[in-house]
Amino acid sequence: MKMKYAAYPYIIWLIVFMAIPMGLIIYFALTDASGAFTIANIAQTGRYMPVLIRSIWLATISTAVCLVLAYPLSYMLSRMQGLTSRTLLTLVMLPMWMNFLLRTYAWMTLLEKNGIINQILGVFGIEPLTMINTQGAVIMGMVYNYIPFMILPLHSVMVKIGKDVIEAAQDLGASPASVFSQVILPLSMPGVRTGITMVFVPAVSTFVISQMLGGGTNQLIGDIIELQFLGNAYNPSLGSAISMVLMVLVLLCMSLTGFFDDDDVEDRLI
Amino acid sequence: MKKLTSLILAAVLTASMAVPACAEEYDFSNYDLEYYQKFKGQDIELNVYNWGEYISDGTDDTLDVNSMFEELTGIEVNYTTFDTNEAMYAKLKSGANTYDVVIPSDYMVSRMMHEGMLEELDFNNIPNFEHIDEKFVNPEYDPQNLYSVPYTWGMVGLIYNRDMVNGEITGWDDMWSPSYTNNMLMFKNPRDAFAIALFKLGYSINTEDPMQLREAAELLKEQKTMVQAYVMDQIFDKMQGNEAALAPYYVGDYFTMKEVNDSLEICIPAEGTNIFVDAACIPKGAANKEAAEMYINFLNEPEIAAANIEYICYSTPNTAALEMLPDEVRNDPIRYPEAEQLANAQMFVNLSEETNLLLDQLWTEILSDDADYLNWAMPLFVLGALVISVLVTAMRKKRKKKYR
Amino acid sequence: MKKQNWVSTGYIGLFMAFMYAPIAVLIIYSFNDAKGRTFTHFTTKWYKELFRNEAVMDALITTLLVAFIASVIATVLGTAAAIGLDKMKKTPRNIIMQLTYLPIVNPEIITGVGFMLLFVAMRGLVMRWNAVAGTNWSFEFGLLTLCLAHITFNVPYVILNVLPKLRQMDYSIVEAAMDLGCNPRQAFFKVAIHELKPGIMAGFLMSLTYSIDDFIVGYFTTGTKHQPLSVLIYSMTKKRVSPEINALSTVMFCVVLFVLICANLYEMHKEKQTKQKRKGGTAF
Repeated sequence: MKMKYAAYPYIIWLIVFMAIPMGLIIYFALTDASGAFTIANIAQTGRYMPVLIRSIWLATISTAVCLVLAYPLSYMLSRMQGLTSRTLLTLVMLPMWMNFLLRTYAWMTLLEKNGIINQILGVFGIEPLTMINTQGAVIMGMVYNYIPFMILPLHSVMVKIGKDVIEAAQDLGASPASVFSQVILPLSMPGVRTGITMVFVPAVSTFVISQMLGGGTNQLIGDIIELQFLGNAYNPSLGSAISMVLMVLVLLCMSLTGFFDDDDVEDRLI
Repeated sequence: MKKLTSLILAAVLTASMAVPACAEEYDFSNYDLEYYQKFKGQDIELNVYNWGEYISDGTDDTLDVNSMFEELTGIEVNYTTFDTNEAMYAKLKSGANTYDVVIPSDYMVSRMMHEGMLEELDFNNIPNFEHIDEKFVNPEYDPQNLYSVPYTWGMVGLIYNRDMVNGEITGWDDMWSPSYTNNMLMFKNPRDAFAIALFKLGYSINTEDPMQLREAAELLKEQKTMVQAYVMDQIFDKMQGNEAALAPYYVGDYFTMKEVNDSLEICIPAEGTNIFVDAACIPKGAANKEAAEMYINFLNEPEIAAANIEYICYSTPNTAALEMLPDEVRNDPIRYPEAEQLANAQMFVNLSEETNLLLDQLWTEILSDDADYLNWAMPLFVLGALVISVLVTAMRKKRKKKYR
Repeated sequence: MKKQNWVSTGYIGLFMAFMYAPIAVLIIYSFNDAKGRTFTHFTTKWYKELFRNEAVMDALITTLLVAFIASVIATVLGTAAAIGLDKMKKTPRNIIMQLTYLPIVNPEIITGVGFMLLFVAMRGLVMRWNAVAGTNWSFEFGLLTLCLAHITFNVPYVILNVLPKLRQMDYSIVEAAMDLGCNPRQAFFKVAIHELKPGIMAGFLMSLTYSIDDFIVGYFTTGTKHQPLSVLIYSMTKKRVSPEINALSTVMFCVVLFVLICANLYEMHKEKQTKQKRKGGTAF
């Protein structure tokens, strides 16, 4: 059977629409306006070091928050039976069907100085809090938008942890703490790793959330890239150079989490 | 699955049927039909790129200018919007799309003119240019008036909320007053933001002196600690909703906001302020230059220009349209100030390429600089990254040993 | 045990409140009389206005059309690719699989920027070709570029859904079909495709979801007309989101909710049937 030819159209597609664009980014990053080789663009990105560090910092915090919030939730969902579990999982995923710009915009309405949360607090006589246009708001926006990407992989590994395994551990005299650290945690590690990558990567590269909830005072690396292409001035060389730095960062993140170490990574991506 | 597909198809069908059903009837007896209808039936499309909410669009029983133009000429208008001159410039420069009509501000007109990005206009096709006030003909940014037709003009003012400020707001100094910490908004584009700092320092807003620009940048960094947010048009929601006390913005928009929130007031700072003109231009490579000129001409039909000005509340350079406006608008000293009031006002001109680059660089620095938090974040992050990578490596080694 | 139950119910409840708070806001504001973010009076006028707003309707159609076209092509391309990949030698397959992960794990902004650079370059090439050969081809940013970009980031999801099904597939039935006189093509379309169907469907649905939800890639590849809904919304968030958009999302939310409820009910129904069949002892 010559079935393998079936993949050839896709391979051509990959080359044209995936390999060439990435090649173009590298090409623009390493050439000046006249097309001569230069590393000046990459060197220039040093100026954006504070932005890069802030992006990594905020993304790291929000990934951690996502993990802390999603882990118990995924575990609870995975211990539930048929219909309840399925309904709840659907409910977790349902907000993803609403346009994420609109959801973020709605958060603006909630977090504002005269926003809904402060009005509710006002009823109880609490002074209005400054929530919008802070780093906290940006982190919250990231957590809100990307937490489903943490729940899904966690849930899909946790449903595979059989009740019998946990019961066996208990029967053998394991305390709840050691059941968690010796059985559940190791078995769920692949999901944790996938989840961290799936949250960290979009969080570190976002530009919308920082614009809408950060008030323009908390620029992230994504904002800087967007500025180079569709913002301040059209500067594809510098934009590509920053993109390259971001790509390297993502690669580093994936090697740290061992994203590609497991063979069945695709099971958790979908 | 099938259900979903058919649902989507049904939605597409109903939607596509709903759209053309709403064509309205207009009275075109005042228009030169021979001129306007020469492209009828030729399936011409115009790509118009304008500021957000900068044209009368038919909401609240106003005139829908674009659909009226489509109806009159048979030309289809693809209307998209930008929110800063710089974003518009980037989009044009990228070469992703061709546009037929764009409406940049003065300094951007001259920048694009100098870079050869604009097409010379054929004023024979724009007879309504005769309505343009002499003051706006042959402006500094387009000395021979070859490339642009002014659309609106106005000043920058300091908008404040009467109930949220203490004392009187007098000028740009108030933008550095600590009593409004976290209670002021600021321009999110470099030219307007720098202009305020330069006015405060008493320099020209078109200075090319790097020292003066750096001084202004320092001032803006100092201000950053007090700024609640850097915004452009989000200012509407924020000022209308009493979210901030103080915000510099374009005078015309102040009137739009005041309609919603009556506590808003405006002050034209004595130190001087920026006076701007937004002008319609045709970018190089426009597919339908003649039709684009027709569109520009249409925007200067007295009735249309008046409708647009009433919708966006800016000032009009079109004398015929001005006559159609109510008296209280025409005599408003903020919208149509006398010459002596404009003594300290300055217009932007294009800067040299080096200065533009420096400005971009300083601006990015201002927005991304966040010194006090860096002090602790940097070492913490480095340490954290090191610990994590060591841990991960150690864990992996241990695991591998186990399996061996 | 009971205490634990209470804790988990409370936790899930709080979490759901967090997830649905902004959605509740959206729905409430779709009934707001005033534009902007100050609530004045209750009204349903935006639901009527919605269908008269050409820009919103055009954006909605564009989004749905692009999602549909891109998902169909991506499904065909991806299914074929998965079949081919399954039969390939290990090394080339691994290389292609690594490239396949790229659109999924790459930051979207980089994918978007890459497409923008590619399409700008293509556009330049077409224009140069026109100048040389005197042809009148056009390559404009718009539906075409949107579809190309969406197909590219959709295909991986199809492949990742179909590959596991291929691995589970019992090849003996395909061989049996061929022994019974089918040629390979017939064997595929008559037999194998039924085994792969769940994977293909899941891939198609995921493509559709990601296409409808996409903003960043669309933002960098959209043209002057037929902007997708998310790009239109983005340009609105720079000023104010018109309440028609809130009305539209409320409608879309209800449609999705309805579809999901139907799907869940259908599955429950099917499960019950299989259970009953088993009880009754009747095999297939």
